Amino acid sequence: MYDFEYLRPKQMDEAVRALAAEGDPKALAGGMTFIPVLKQRLNKPSAIVDLASLGLSGISLAGEILKIGAMTTHGEIAASSTVKNAFPALASMAGNIGDRQVRYRGTIGGSLANNDPSACYPAAVLATGASIVTDRRTIPAEEFFQGMFTTDLAADELITEIHFPVPERAAYAKFPNPASHYAMVGVFVAKTADGARVAVTGAGQNGVFRHQAMEDALAKSFDPQALQGVMTPVELMSSDIHGSAAYRAHLVGVMAMRAVAAAIR
Amino acid sequence: MPELAMTVNKQKVTGVVEGRTLLVEFLRNSLGLTGTHIGCDTSQCGACVVSIDGKSVKSCTMLALQAAGADVTTIEGLAGPDGALHPMQAMFREHHALQCGFCTPGMVMSAIDLVQTHPDGLTEDEIRHGLEGNLCRCTGYHNIVAAIAAAWPLMHSAAE
Repeated sequence: MYDFEYLRPKQMDEAVRALAAEGDPKALAGGMTFIPVLKQRLNKPSAIVDLASLGLSGISLAGEILKIGAMTTHGEIAASSTVKNAFPALASMAGNIGDRQVRYRGTIGGSLANNDPSACYPAAVLATGASIVTDRRTIPAEEFFQGMFTTDLAADELITEIHFPVPERAAYAKFPNPASHYAMVGVFVAKTADGARVAVTGAGQNGVFRHQAMEDALAKSFDPQALQGVMTPVELMSSDIHGSAAYRAHLVGVMAMRAVAAAIR
Repeated sequence: MPELAMTVNKQKVTGVVEGRTLLVEFLRNSLGLTGTHIGCDTSQCGACVVSIDGKSVKSCTMLALQAAGADVTTIEGLAGPDGALHPMQAMFREHHALQCGFCTPGMVMSAIDLVQTHPDGLTEDEIRHGLEGNLCRCTGYHNIVAAIAAAWPLMHSAAE
């Protein structure tokens, strides 16, 4: 690892100022992805701005909006009675990320800012039409995700909260890579007041995406059988040593049906 | 270089580190606590697990400075002052839950956290899933699972 200056500001404006400095400074949330990246010398920041003392963790329900602080860990989301009651699909999803040690440290804000194409949270955010609140604005899910490892965030912009409109019904089905526990394919389905939404992670060449054909089918009938024969375009799927594009396209259909079945159970 | 202070195995410690110094490097190189192992160094194997404020954490994936002010327990801090083994250590010995022993410190630290966070009982399935962050190349896990199941009643009766 290259050396860097370690900063742990207590105020948001201090953190933002530090991130706007010269030398490509970077924010550190839980570090479950970023510290391994630093170890591999894939990144050479002049300074690391640890977000741990900004008071960004916490969970609350305001009417039909579930608000989760950016530094809330996967473990806290999985164990929260507020999340389990209001939005159980999110609690269960968080409880299946990585392993126990990763869930103690890894955060929802860190995962979203990283936008790994195989991460779970992007699917939950996109499927529910959640909003990403930053130190300066609110970004709708559709605008936030800009492709693999790319988001709408400015270099010095920090996520403060994620606001999830609580869906009527939802479920997430993940086919995990057995070694990394990342999603080979993960499908999040949500039935909301505006209709059915389906978001797919792990499979697309460009990261998380909404599956329009499945949403149209589920709008007619929110039932696994409605997805029978709905195609997922193979040419848009990613392909690697873990699975071909055709395999992933097939898994998207299987996981979507499992998710819908779980959502109506 | 930055200074830091934390509590390790109930003792106040201080040190001077670099920004990039990992917690596991501070524990092993500065404090000489070499019971915490570096296995994969890629956050996967769990040989480096220590307890930080009661939670099991991979110390190879945390900067030493992130642990400033924290209460850290390593494998060296488990046995009593008279050398009496922690119930989890005793059950690992009893059930022959180690062969080469390299993964054992991390296994024991993770297992204690797993038992402590399941006060109402712990099924075999929960134990096996609870060990997802710890890899063992020798035992096939079976005796580790048995040791943890055997430690559960000992740890919960001791707490009452």
